[in-house]
Amino acid sequence: MEWLGPEEWQAVRLSLKVAFWATICALPPGVLVAHILARGQFFGKQVLNGLVHLPLVLPPVVTGYLLLVGFAPNGVLGEPLSYLGISFAFRWTGAALAAAIMGFPLMVRAIRLSIEAVDPKLEQAASTLGASRPWVFVTVTLPLILPGVLTGAILAFAKAMGEFGATITFVSNIPGQTQTLPSAIYAFLQVPGGEAAATRLVVISVVIAMAALIASELLARQVAKRIGGQDA
Amino acid sequence: MLEVSLKHRFSGTDLDLEFMAPPGLTVLYGASGSGKTTVVNAVAGLLRPDQGRVQVGEDILGDTDRGVWLPPHKRGLGYVFQEARLFPHLTVEQNLKFGAWFAQHRPPVASLGKVVEMLGIGPLLSRRPGALSGGEKQRVAIGRALLARPRMLLADEPLAALDQARKSEILPYFERLRDEVSLPILYVCHAPEEVARLATTVVALDQGRILQVGPAEDVLSDPGFAPQGPRAVGALLRANVAHHHEDGLTELNAGGIPLFVPRITQPVGHGLRLRIAAQDVILARDLPKDMSALNVLPGKIDEVRMGKVAGAIVAITTPAGKLLARITRRSADGMALAPGQAINAIVKTVAIAPDDVGR
Repeated sequence: MEWLGPEEWQAVRLSLKVAFWATICALPPGVLVAHILARGQFFGKQVLNGLVHLPLVLPPVVTGYLLLVGFAPNGVLGEPLSYLGISFAFRWTGAALAAAIMGFPLMVRAIRLSIEAVDPKLEQAASTLGASRPWVFVTVTLPLILPGVLTGAILAFAKAMGEFGATITFVSNIPGQTQTLPSAIYAFLQVPGGEAAATRLVVISVVIAMAALIASELLARQVAKRIGGQDA
Repeated sequence: MLEVSLKHRFSGTDLDLEFMAPPGLTVLYGASGSGKTTVVNAVAGLLRPDQGRVQVGEDILGDTDRGVWLPPHKRGLGYVFQEARLFPHLTVEQNLKFGAWFAQHRPPVASLGKVVEMLGIGPLLSRRPGALSGGEKQRVAIGRALLARPRMLLADEPLAALDQARKSEILPYFERLRDEVSLPILYVCHAPEEVARLATTVVALDQGRILQVGPAEDVLSDPGFAPQGPRAVGALLRANVAHHHEDGLTELNAGGIPLFVPRITQPVGHGLRLRIAAQDVILARDLPKDMSALNVLPGKIDEVRMGKVAGAIVAITTPAGKLLARITRRSADGMALAPGQAINAIVKTVAIAPDDVGR
């Protein structure tokens, strides 16, 4: 692409990569936590609910700082992880982690709502037909919550594409490593004559966000139609 | 053979019962709130009672004294719910095949082809449940339960959510199941017509206790048996189709006595069961001349049971079987009815509805 400079192009690619992996890795725990919150009855459920939603209400800078403290090479989690060869500090994986955590509450909310909409009577029926709990989940619950899972994934993806505060606090703003779209826009705005580049990235941000929303809407409608019972 | 004993306390009802269900169709009969659904759910494993034991044949499915209570998926029992509960994301065919995959170690009850034919759901196979009528859904639900290769079928008021026309549509399928598939069935209902049509055994419940257990004919012809109030009382007769008359009537032979009912479709020689509601029976010592009612069953009074208010129930043995008549206490006193007396039971032909006649 001629009209994008190499640095701008790099930021777009990095952002897509970070958002993609953040979404993919957050999905399994997202479905699990949503299921626990929707169906579980246990002491401390509100605490778990609060923890999950914390990144939504905390200033992103605070979330980023907590990640920094936790995952720095000498941090509580960073130290044991570094023995396993896993490092988040100042790498794109760190950006993905920050993005995943910031998008997690949005994802869990969407999936939780769709799980609450599933009639437990259907799951009961499946169990009387011989399906154990994991099988009930895979054959009945999961297909029925697919629209919610898709919505949650797209929301998390969009959030990851736009995440700025926690990312820049946690992994800084290193071109090619941790400089995502918003960080790049911020960086361009800091230097004289950078407005043109910033504007191009802003347009790209808007296009990607719109595309994601439209795609999710179309997918969800497709799935809902299939489940809605009309012959396909 | 199903053996059940349960003790369970829940929302005001204190369930405490024990019964055995022989092969055939056993109806758990009682008013709503009597604990019927709790019993089936405990048998299915959907509910764990305070104390209980459930055994099917040789297999113990649950025994709280020994700390055993198998989850539903390990019990191998088919369950037809009040609402069909079909999986909306699967086609009818996929719904039907859902259970078979988990039950490969058990022998099939009936083949897919036989079940599809018996329930008449062939044209629906490629459709999705959302597009089916209530009756169609319930037929598919019955098929789905059968194809999960169950050792026994449970049904919790499977007709209650359907309108009268749909009920009449589904009832014959349960009759066919009872007669053509050798699968024990535990069937919950509170409608007297359904009990009369379907039950081989009746287990009557009242407020969590067993009121009466026995073969359907015996329980239903017991004058003391009125768990749903005197209006729901009615005895069961067995008869054969003798002749279809030109004037729209069908003549039955019940123990040598001719009975006329509105035209039914069963062929001559076919055996069937007939419910005679107690309140449709008139008693007369001498028959009036020129009477409009067509059916007269001569018999002998077994018992006269006076009710608490205005009614009385009279039990009569006729050559066709045992009958119950619900009359007023004033009539019983005025006619001086007493056990051992000869009496005629008169039943109007039009009082026998098509739904009162079953195979």
